[in-house]
Amino acid sequence: MADLDAEQKGTAQALAVRLWNSRWLLIAGVVAILAVYALAAISAYIVLAALALLLAAAMLPVSGTRQSAESAAAIEAFGLQRLSGEYLAAAVADPLIIFDRTATIVHANAAAFAAFGGIAPGLSLSLKFRAPEMQALLDGVLSGDVASDVVDYTEKLPVERAYRVSASSVGHGTDLYVLVFKDQSEARRIDRMRADFIANASHELRTPLASIAGFIETLRGPARNDPAARDQFLQIMQSQTGRMARLIDDLLSLSRLEMKPYLKPGTEVDLRETVDSVIDSLGPLARENSVAVERDYADGPLDVPGDRDELFQVFENLLENACKYGQSGGRVVVSIARSDAGSEPGIDVTIRDFGPGIPEEHIPRITERFYRVDVETSRTQKGTGLGLSIVKHILTRHNARLSIKSEFGKGAAFSVHLPTH
Amino acid sequence: MQSVHIMSAYDEELKYLSKRIAAMGGHAERMVEQAVAALVNADPGLAQKVIRDDAVLDEGQREIDDKAIIIIAKRQPMATDLREIVGAIRISADLERVGDLAKNVAKRVAAVTDGRQPTSLFRGLEALANLALTQLKEVLDVYASRSVDKIGFVRDRDDQIDAMYTSLFRELLTYMMEDPRNITPCTHLLFCAKNIERIGDHATNIAETIYYIVTGEQMPAERPKGDKTDKISVSATLPVN
Repeated sequence: MADLDAEQKGTAQALAVRLWNSRWLLIAGVVAILAVYALAAISAYIVLAALALLLAAAMLPVSGTRQSAESAAAIEAFGLQRLSGEYLAAAVADPLIIFDRTATIVHANAAAFAAFGGIAPGLSLSLKFRAPEMQALLDGVLSGDVASDVVDYTEKLPVERAYRVSASSVGHGTDLYVLVFKDQSEARRIDRMRADFIANASHELRTPLASIAGFIETLRGPARNDPAARDQFLQIMQSQTGRMARLIDDLLSLSRLEMKPYLKPGTEVDLRETVDSVIDSLGPLARENSVAVERDYADGPLDVPGDRDELFQVFENLLENACKYGQSGGRVVVSIARSDAGSEPGIDVTIRDFGPGIPEEHIPRITERFYRVDVETSRTQKGTGLGLSIVKHILTRHNARLSIKSEFGKGAAFSVHLPTH
Repeated sequence: MQSVHIMSAYDEELKYLSKRIAAMGGHAERMVEQAVAALVNADPGLAQKVIRDDAVLDEGQREIDDKAIIIIAKRQPMATDLREIVGAIRISADLERVGDLAKNVAKRVAAVTDGRQPTSLFRGLEALANLALTQLKEVLDVYASRSVDKIGFVRDRDDQIDAMYTSLFRELLTYMMEDPRNITPCTHLLFCAKNIERIGDHATNIAETIYYIVTGEQMPAERPKGDKTDKISVSATLPVN
C-alpha cells in the first residue's frame, strides 16, 4: 500500500490505485452480478452495463476523510522534517539535555545552562551528575533495561534545588537519549520554610515573650499601685514588643528569599542610584548616631544585573550596621569601584566604618542566623541577628561575594563584589 | 577529554575509570551531607545508613586500584594517560578517606544527641560542613570539566574552612567552660568539626591531583597556612569564681 501511495502520479496510475484500493468491493460486485445473471436469466447486455457502471464507480476519486487524513500526515511529516532538535529543545522551558550512548552531552538547552552552569557538549553526564540516584538512572536507560525512568534528584549547594528527572531514549535506533528536569524546589521549600520558621520563631520569640509575661505579672501584683514603676515597665514592654515585630519581619523576609533562589535574568540595577537612595533613607539614623556618611564613587556607568529591591536591602542592612556598631568612629565611607582584575570582572561596593571592629574569630561566622558577636550590644542596637544572614542570602542569589575585613580597634569593611555578567 | 587511541577498548577503560571516580565522588558527597544532617536532626537511622554506605566507597577504591593496575600492565601508558591513571588511584584514595571521615561523624551522632542539645551548637558545624561540601562539589566539577584555570578558588575556600574551624573550636571550648555537662557533646562535636575540616583538606588534595593530571605540573607551592587552633587557649578569659 505504502509504495503504491508514493507512486501516485499520473491519472493511469491513480486509477490503478483506486481500482486496487477497492478490489474487494469490485470482486464482490462482479460475483453478485454474475450470480443474478445465472439465477434470473436476464440479458447479457444488462449484465455488461452493470459491470461497466461498477467499474466507473470504483474509478471515481476517493474524497472525504481518508484523503484529508493522508494530507494531514503529509503536513506533519514535512513540518517535523524542517524542525531541528535544537529548536525543539530551546522551546522547552525546563532544563533538557540530550546525550549519547556514552553519556556524553550532545546538546543542552538554555534552561539547562542556566540551571547547572558549566554544561558543554562533550562533557560526560555521569561525571557532572554524580549523585547515586542519577548514576543509577543513567545506567538503567543506557543499558536498555528500561526505555524511560524517573527519579527525584536534589542538589544541596550552592542553593537547594529539587528536581524530578526523567530519562528516556529518543526514537528508535538514534542512539540518543534525553534528560528532562522538572523543578520541584518550590513545593519542597514551602514545606521546609514552614518548619524552619516555626523552629526559629518559637526559639527567638520566647525571650521577649517571657520578659513581657514577667512584667505583666509584676504589674498585676507588687507594682499595682506604683505609677513610676508601671511607666518604666510599660516602656520595657513596648520595646520588647517592638523587638518581636522586627524579628517577625526579618524572619519573613528571610523565608521569602529562601522561597525563590533564582533571580529573574535581564534586569539591570544602577548601583550609584541604589546606594544613594540607601544613604538618603538612612540619613535620620546616621544623624541620630552622629555619623557622617562619605561617598567615594568611581566614574562611568555602574550597572550590574540584579534585583533593585534586594540589593537595596543589602546595602541598607550593611550601612545600618556600620552606623550602629561603628558609631564611635564618627564616619562611614561608602565606595563603589570597578574591579576588572581577577577571574570575575565586577563592581565592588565597600562600606567601611571606623568603630571598634570585629574580633577575627567571629568574622567567618557573622553571617549565620542569630549569630551575635556581642549579645548585649546587639540587643541595645535593636538587632535581630538576621541582618547579615539576609545579606548573604541575597548575594548568593546574585552570584556575588561578601568579604569582610576588620582589624580589631580600627573598624570593619564589608565589601560586596557583584559580577557584571 | 583524552585523545583517541587506536585501540578503542583502551579509551573505554580510561573512561570507565573516570566514571567510577565520579560515582565514588557522588557517594562521598552524599555521605557527608547525610552524616551532617543526621547530626543536626538527631537522626540515628540516617547515621546508621551512612555507616553502612561506607562499604560502597571501600569497594569502589579496591576496584579502581585493580583496574588501574591492569591498565598499566596491559597498555603501558605514557604521559597524559599515565597521569590520568595514577591520578585516579590517588583521587579514589582521597575519596575513600572522605567516606571514612563522614562515617566517623555519623558514629558520633548517638553520643552527641544523647539528651537534647541547643540548636546553636550545631549551627556552626552546619556552616562548616556547607563550606567543605561546596569545596568537594566544585573540585569534582572541575574533574568533569577539566577547566583547571579556575582552580584558584580551592585555596581561598580552604582558608575560609580553616578560619571557620578555628572559630568553631573557640566557641565549643567556651560552651564547655560554661557548663561541665556540655563537655561530652562538645568534645564529640570538636572531633566532628575536625573531621569535616579534614574533608576539605582531602578535596584540596584532589584539586592538586587534577591540576597535575591536566597540566603535568604540580600546583604552585602553597603559601604557609593552616588552622590556628594550636594557639588557642581560653584560660585567660576564664571567669574568676
